[in-house]
Amino acid sequence: MTLPPPAMYPVACEVNGEKRLVRVRAADILLSTLRDQLGLTGSKPGCENGDCGACTILVDGLPVKSCLMLTVEAEGKQLTTIEGLKNSPVQHAFVRYQAFQCGYCTPGFIMNCEGLRNAHPHADEETIRVWLESNICRCTSYEEIQHAVRDVFTPKT
Amino acid sequence: MIPFDFDYYKPSSVPLAAEWFHLLQQQGKHPIYYAGGTEIVTWARTNDIHPGAVIDLKSVPECNVMEMQGDKLVIGSCVTLSALTAANPFPLLSETARGIADQTARNQITLGGNICGNIIYREAVLPLLLANSRIRIAGIEGIREASIHQVFSQKIRLEAGEFLVQIVTDRSDLSLPFVHIKKRQIGSVGYPLVTVAALKKDERIHTAYSGVCSFPFQSAAIDQVLNDTSLPLSARIDQAVGQLPAPLLSNVEGSAAFREFVLKQTMAEAVHTLERR
Repeated sequence: MTLPPPAMYPVACEVNGEKRLVRVRAADILLSTLRDQLGLTGSKPGCENGDCGACTILVDGLPVKSCLMLTVEAEGKQLTTIEGLKNSPVQHAFVRYQAFQCGYCTPGFIMNCEGLRNAHPHADEETIRVWLESNICRCTSYEEIQHAVRDVFTPKT
Repeated sequence: MIPFDFDYYKPSSVPLAAEWFHLLQQQGKHPIYYAGGTEIVTWARTNDIHPGAVIDLKSVPECNVMEMQGDKLVIGSCVTLSALTAANPFPLLSETARGIADQTARNQITLGGNICGNIIYREAVLPLLLANSRIRIAGIEGIREASIHQVFSQKIRLEAGEFLVQIVTDRSDLSLPFVHIKKRQIGSVGYPLVTVAALKKDERIHTAYSGVCSFPFQSAAIDQVLNDTSLPLSARIDQAVGQLPAPLLSNVEGSAAFREFVLKQTMAEAVHTLERR
């Protein structure tokens, strides 16, 4: 038996609806590849330790902290970053409720809420609370963020 | 960034994973098995571990099952905690999983990864200890099955090159009355001050703990005392705390004295709740 050769790894995936091919070290972190190779700087490095959620993207529709994922794991996956959203209801709600101050955490919060919409289109208060626990806002805009997200899940007449 | 290189392998079967591990080990690559990767990436980034190769188990079909096989619930080691919680085949396990990390992190953290991790809490093992689950383990010699109590003592104890494939739990243990209480220093995300999981089976309460000592545990001596209804509950709890298998943990989450206070309260809540059920 022979082992597959090491070195640089080609990774084919779909990023914001476009097919992309990158060549990476196995040790490359997805957040860095998105920002440095693909120029998608909307996903933010915060703690780079899985605690703050600023780097949250969607992987096959689910929120994932891209600082804790190897790029090689993205082979064949559909990735969505904040740049892949166009006028989504979550974005509009964040603007309407001014759910940010410095804005650094905002892409992560928005991507997490997009994931919540995918998983629970009619999320209740408790589900919203649990999902929002994954992200930190150091400016403490939590109340405005909660209002914005609650509005997204409030049925419109 | 991770400041060193390693090779990445993604086997598609149990034998291939074990064989690649064996070969890489022979080549001096110091391979490690990889599932959700959250802990490995974190420790690699801080230069605390230096694997020469990682073997990603997520493409091994057996590691991704979550199904009833006859009277047994079989859960693959690569099933994520969020998938487990959503499917909810074992409510105490779901409740325990729901308390680990945060919702987004649980989309990556796997059941096997939590149990086999180096972080001392490993809370997902508590329900498995209480339900006397069995563990299917693969290695170069093939697959073997063992009781969780044989392979988990303070931490998982596998032979070199082995990996956890599946966790098997009897149907009869899945729906027993249970309590899960996790108390943190602050907030509702993070490591525990004290986590108590408890099941009531055949009129006896079985308890397991994380955050109390520097490893998760179940103790027959503690359960013996807690079930001695000839004593008032406060006396049982005082005696139970005297039976801890190691000194109370003292760290940034809380001092040993504070943990003892919280542990006693939490034990009382758990026993009180289950004695009424």
